[in-house]
Amino acid sequence: MTDTTGATPAPGPVLDRAARRLAAVLPPGAVITDPVRLRTYECDGLTHHRAVPGIVVLPETTGQTAAVVRICNEYGVPFVARGAGTGLSGGALPRTDGVLVVTSRMRRVLEVDLPNRRAVVEPGVTNLEITEAVRAHGRYYAPDPSSRQVCTIGGNVAENSGGAHCLKYGFTVNHVLALEIVTPDGDVVTLDADDPGYDLLGAFVGSEGTLGITTRVTVRLLRAPEAVTTLLAAFESIEQGGRAVSAIIGGGIVPAAIEMMDALAIEAAEAAVDCAYPAGAGAVLIVELDGPAAETALRSAEAERICRESGAFELRTAAGPAERDAIWKGRRSAFAAVGRISPAYIVQDGVVPRTALPGVLADIDRLSAEHGIRVANVFHAGDGNLHPLVLFDDREPGAAERAETVSGRILDLCVEHGGSITGEHGVGVDKARYMPRMFTDDDLDTMQLLRCAFDPRGLSNPGKVFPTPRLCGEVPGVRRGAHPLVESGRAEQF
Amino acid sequence: MGAPHGGGPRGAGAPGAADAPAALEALRGTGAEIRDAGPGDAVAGVSPRWVALPGDTEQVAALMRVCASLDLAAVPTGGGTRLHWGRPPERCDLLVGTRRLNRILEHASGDLVVRVQAGTAVEDLAGVLAAAGQELALDVPSGGRTVGGVLATAAAGPRRLRYGTARDLLIGITVVLADGTVARSGGKVVKNVAGYDLGKLFTGSYGTLGIITEAAFRLHPAAPARCWTTVRLPGPESWADPAGVVGPAALATALAASQTEPSAVELDWSAPSGAVTVCALFEGPAADGRARAVQDLTGGHGPGEVTGEAPSWWGAIPGGGAPDEVLLELRVPPASADRALRAVAARGLPARVRGSLASAVLHVALPARTGGPEFAAFVSGVRDDVRPLGGRLTVLAAPRELARRVDPWGPVGALPLMRRVKERFDPGRRMSPGRLAEGL
Ligand SMILES: Cc1cc2nc3c(=O)[nH]c(=O)nc-3n(C[C@H](O)[C@H](O)[C@H](O)COP(=O)(O)OP(=O)(O)OC[C@H]3O[C@@H](n4cnc5c(N)ncnc54)[C@H](O)[C@@H]3O)c2cc1C
Repeated sequence: MTDTTGATPAPGPVLDRAARRLAAVLPPGAVITDPVRLRTYECDGLTHHRAVPGIVVLPETTGQTAAVVRICNEYGVPFVARGAGTGLSGGALPRTDGVLVVTSRMRRVLEVDLPNRRAVVEPGVTNLEITEAVRAHGRYYAPDPSSRQVCTIGGNVAENSGGAHCLKYGFTVNHVLALEIVTPDGDVVTLDADDPGYDLLGAFVGSEGTLGITTRVTVRLLRAPEAVTTLLAAFESIEQGGRAVSAIIGGGIVPAAIEMMDALAIEAAEAAVDCAYPAGAGAVLIVELDGPAAETALRSAEAERICRESGAFELRTAAGPAERDAIWKGRRSAFAAVGRISPAYIVQDGVVPRTALPGVLADIDRLSAEHGIRVANVFHAGDGNLHPLVLFDDREPGAAERAETVSGRILDLCVEHGGSITGEHGVGVDKARYMPRMFTDDDLDTMQLLRCAFDPRGLSNPGKVFPTPRLCGEVPGVRRGAHPLVESGRAEQF
Repeated sequence: MGAPHGGGPRGAGAPGAADAPAALEALRGTGAEIRDAGPGDAVAGVSPRWVALPGDTEQVAALMRVCASLDLAAVPTGGGTRLHWGRPPERCDLLVGTRRLNRILEHASGDLVVRVQAGTAVEDLAGVLAAAGQELALDVPSGGRTVGGVLATAAAGPRRLRYGTARDLLIGITVVLADGTVARSGGKVVKNVAGYDLGKLFTGSYGTLGIITEAAFRLHPAAPARCWTTVRLPGPESWADPAGVVGPAALATALAASQTEPSAVELDWSAPSGAVTVCALFEGPAADGRARAVQDLTGGHGPGEVTGEAPSWWGAIPGGGAPDEVLLELRVPPASADRALRAVAARGLPARVRGSLASAVLHVALPARTGGPEFAAFVSGVRDDVRPLGGRLTVLAAPRELARRVDPWGPVGALPLMRRVKERFDPGRRMSPGRLAEGL
């Protein structure tokens, strides 16, 4: 092949050659190079990070996916996997010099195995489709991100996604029994929970596409609970609501979900969907319990009593599915609703120990007042996962910067309280720079060892998760002494 | 590889007798308690030269730096209850005991979270948590096990059905690597997706990647009531009965799918003949009613017996834990449990089978006097039978003359990736080398 650009080929010609090779191994129409169509993939749910992918491919099988990855290796071009593109941390942000591998043509439910309580699906199947495939049999797939109608199981595995009900049922990692992956060098490997040795399955879940591409997922199916009770409790203040949460958990109750919204979030939801929450509420709490009918009845009576004792001025219990939906409607609409009361907003995602919630919320209030930036709080109160919505007017000079400051300071609060900079949205490109606030260089270097074991050439979703990407060869094979970072000239970078 | 830091002489292997005093002095310099190893310190038959008892993570790191500079191989140990499990290490100079790392660092009862040092005994932790009405829902067999040992061997008990295993309850970990690097991942909150989850990687690592020094777990409220329903089923001949007598697999499947939500469904069986005992645990405020409600699921086997006490065998690993025990782990998709049990019975050896029937993770103990050829035939025969079902048989412990006749794991597709992980974490092969599998 002739290279017209000279000794060091620019990405263009390399990609052109790669595209021709890709077209030879993929079905017709599965390689996209048309600039207009490429642009539709330029961002995920975090829309202010954009990059037009060099090439987009739409493989239909594991074999095709492996062939794509091998071609990427041949040409040394990076690749990024993409599911539905609903990620909120820029994890699926493409590379202009690379290939975006979209799983939208791998959407089959391959097997439903009821006696063994599991299903095998392709990565492009949406979260909700799994439940829909088994609902008639009284089963469901438990992790329920709010985006479940569109987000893919491949994306859920990459992000270790949670949902409102993960308080009782856990996250994606607790519900995946096996994965088939294409490793960053193009091998097809099965990671199985029943394998002896290192829990590579567990380590892969949540690795945000940096350890390879998932091509098949075996998930656990649960029986639909016998009874579900949903309680809406209205409080005058967020402190009272917080106290109720602590008392419920402290009382030995593990609800399926405990969600809280503050006054501003309620205001937004009312304006958007008319959810008719009790007037004058400074906070509402949704407490959902599920399980055997006898147990659920007892527990929800206790939860009701606790809410009342914590100062709830109004309590509603859903009498059936319709009323349950009505209670959840406001909560489900909250993110989108905020868009109607503010021209622009940042969705933050951080975690604090549950008992630190009241203090942290008061601190957020102070930050908000100090910077003149409104913050609406919607959160998974049961596990301390905050989703502050930082509202600003992007036409006002300096407002975006102030909002960014408030948003970043909220993460500092989380770290100061022993929490996390992300509970479910992932690190992606968005929070890579915050990682050193939570982890030391040694922690990050150790994580990098895992990265290098899977992806020595750094081709799988490079530039995500870790603050300073570097080649695996840069880390000496054996490190000795106390200051290897100084030796490698990296210590002053932070 | 560069020259070792610290400038000590380094031969082809471990330091010879001549520099032993220097090594001892360097080890003592870490502040850890150091003593000569005795006969009770052997790791799967391999005797270390010294035993170190560090008092904190920093001392563990200092020990690992000494090992790195003198090329000493180290094996971590907790209660020492499972040192005969796994394969013999390729070399072992230093046994690093975590017994003195036994502090409960933080019990945030309002957050249902606990942080402990890795040498904390599981029973001691349970006692502290019980006082607050809480528990770590990892009902591993008692008897001196430490938190770190439970993680390193990925041990779990009956309630894996409801709460999962160690990896599902672990939320943060501190480890010391072969070069003395101290690394943490996770934290002390139950929900957290920042960075890779190193805790998962170290679960089941048998000390081959580094030394676990601290761990944080999510806790559960202790159940206010517990009840067990026990059913006895006839032996395997009747499960094939065309009249459709319910076998253990069907019973477990029905129980696991039922609205009574058992926390565990266990099996105890003395193969090749004899009745099978199946027992389900119910926890929670309405436990008694739920335990009684399952009686109509027991098919033609009569009403189960409902008790407020667990049967004596509950949660105990068969085989007794003696250094010469022969213990295997059999896993199949739960609906195939009958066929897996028949595969065991068909070999004609007096096997004791016990474990989680609803998850089909079963321990199989064979008599210590089992002959080498019989053992090899058992392993290959059961493997042949369960492979088509998607099952696997792993040798957990066996005297060397038995173990050497078989591949302890059978085929594992992810083994090459595991080896690559090992090469990155421990390129000098000083951490329990070869203990988990060849190359790990
Ligand atoms: C309105 C809204 C609500 C949301 N609510 C929740 C919520 O409640 N809980 C929650 O946890 N998240 C939530 N999210 C975030 C998002 O939906 C999840 O992170 C989801 O798992 C992403 O799935 P996706 O298919 O869109 O993945 P993408 O956005 O396409 O990709 C996400 C990451 O996964 C990687 N990836 C995708 N597919 C693969 C694959 N096959 N193999 C390897 N890597 C892959 C990508 O490289 C990227 O790093 C929400 C998002 C929106 C927009």
